[in-house]
Amino acid sequence: MGLDIFKEKGVPLDKQQFTWRELVQAPTSKLDDDAFTRVRIILMNGLESEAVRFSHACARMNRELQLPLARVRRIDHHQQTLVNWLLPADLSPIETTLAFEQVAIEVTASVAEREPDPYMAQVYRFGLLEDFDHLYRFSALYDRVAGGDANNIIQSYSDIMPGRPTSVEHRDPADDLREYYDKRKAAPLTKLHAATITAAENQTRDYYMTIGPQFADPVARQLYAEIASIEEQHTTQYESISDATETWMEKWLMREAMEAYNYMGCSQYETNPRIKAVWDRFLDYELGQLHFVMELFKKVENRDPAEVLPAELPEPVEYKSHREFVRETLAREVDLRADGTQFVTKGQEPERSLAYREQLNSEGSPSETVAAGYRWSPGTELAAADAALGKGA
Amino acid sequence: MKSGTQAAPDGAGMNRTGMITSPLMGPEMTEGAAAATPSSPGGPEQLLLRRAEYISEGFPLGSPPPPPVSLEGVVEGAAQVVGMTTGVGTLADKLSERLAFERTGTRLYEALINKVETLGESRPGPTLAELREIRDEELRHFHLVREAVTSLGGDPTVQSPCADVAAVTSLGVLQVLTDPRTSVAQCLQAVLTAELTDNAGWELLVQLTRAAGHEEMAKGFQAALENEARHVETVRGWLAAMLTEKV
Repeated sequence: MGLDIFKEKGVPLDKQQFTWRELVQAPTSKLDDDAFTRVRIILMNGLESEAVRFSHACARMNRELQLPLARVRRIDHHQQTLVNWLLPADLSPIETTLAFEQVAIEVTASVAEREPDPYMAQVYRFGLLEDFDHLYRFSALYDRVAGGDANNIIQSYSDIMPGRPTSVEHRDPADDLREYYDKRKAAPLTKLHAATITAAENQTRDYYMTIGPQFADPVARQLYAEIASIEEQHTTQYESISDATETWMEKWLMREAMEAYNYMGCSQYETNPRIKAVWDRFLDYELGQLHFVMELFKKVENRDPAEVLPAELPEPVEYKSHREFVRETLAREVDLRADGTQFVTKGQEPERSLAYREQLNSEGSPSETVAAGYRWSPGTELAAADAALGKGA
Repeated sequence: MKSGTQAAPDGAGMNRTGMITSPLMGPEMTEGAAAATPSSPGGPEQLLLRRAEYISEGFPLGSPPPPPVSLEGVVEGAAQVVGMTTGVGTLADKLSERLAFERTGTRLYEALINKVETLGESRPGPTLAELREIRDEELRHFHLVREAVTSLGGDPTVQSPCADVAAVTSLGVLQVLTDPRTSVAQCLQAVLTAELTDNAGWELLVQLTRAAGHEEMAKGFQAALENEARHVETVRGWLAAMLTEKV
């Protein structure tokens, strides 16, 4: 199906209203809701967070746009609140972290599979194998510190095993930048993908930077410090694939379309009717915001928004297990490294990244420490521990 | 014992949290707050009323799992799993809670052993051998409950609502045990919280298991309860001895 974003006008801005009671609804169930409901909540929180981040940056550079930006941004902020507050309080910070990594794995895998530009698809697969490894490291932390089973959160959709080891993901900034799409030639889906994954990674970086210090365990604090650093690299990577010559208005327009695109996908896949109603409502809000920005675009740039936007929204992100795709990618590409904007084999990695990494890891690697000898097994590694200990009381 | 963990000296320190450390600003602040007028009438009951609105909505934390289904979609061993996964799920819920608690308990003792190993044993206080023994018992109890769940046709990997609540309750204890700055005595205080809860949990589990007619299983749990009762007394004893020595 395709959604005609020029025909569908959504809800006008002045009708996009909230009360505190609406913003703070009953959260989802950590135990009963499908893991992909949680994945969608986290992703959409990230997208709204990015909308606010972009809007502030734009306002600081464009005085004449400050009021329209502030109007839309206030709604974005409240949308983010409603969405993020759907996460329940019994989902602890480490459990939320596991869910964040599941977002990074399954959403990035879907994007990598769908991406029409082969280079961009490679960029996504490269990042995917790193986030895949993070899930394994955090699962080991959860098991070994709290005695928890990561699969209570992951629900068997994603594998918990090593990817490209986190300890070798640390790169010189010169090896984090990528080639970018050409705004005149790139498929709309390429632009939507770039905006989506950049937002997701940036919120992951922000989340880890917020909760890292809340852990008492120094190894947990180190692990969050280490993986937050990779999320910072990933944000650097993904933001670099967008064409920096897009105007502020072009970017704003595409971001609104990206939000509508993702709410549409959430609605199509949602299994919890109460949450589906949220996605539907916010799809209508985004269409309203998109049309508001289209009108602004006509005035500011004196151009037709159709020059930038697709007529219809493409097929959405697939919220399903990508186990086979991830395993195949892992088998083929785990040893890839980056040399500038290009991907190379392990032996060809530039000295600058090797030196950077060696220095960072010189007093020990948190991700290696936490997962030393770790194999996830159902019910935690203690369930698989010496069976003799299990006999008698 | 090594000075390690920078145990606070018994005498004066640098703590700034009380009013007495701000002899000039403290009274000024108190005076200002007393003179200010609240913006809305009422008291703490207003907060409770608002919370009650959400309580009334009736959303639970979660529910028991559905009956196990084979790949062909046939419910497996349906008769056996009644009471474990469907219908009256209290026993299943509480078994899941104990299972998770013992598993986390094992990790808690590992953290405490780690601390005592690093700082060195002290008398009065726990020896490493004593702590390792309790740690191994926690692990044995975890396996005991795991086998019980499996024998009743349940899924030992499930996190039941009560297991979830227990995990939330334990978060503070876990934070205390894994914090490198806490002293052994502070850790023992936190472990005592866990052990008292655990002891009551086993008592309840023995009762529930008997009530459900699983006498053999109840006997195994009774033995675990006796172990746990000993843990409580042991931890209480260490703590009392370590603290009274300092008084």
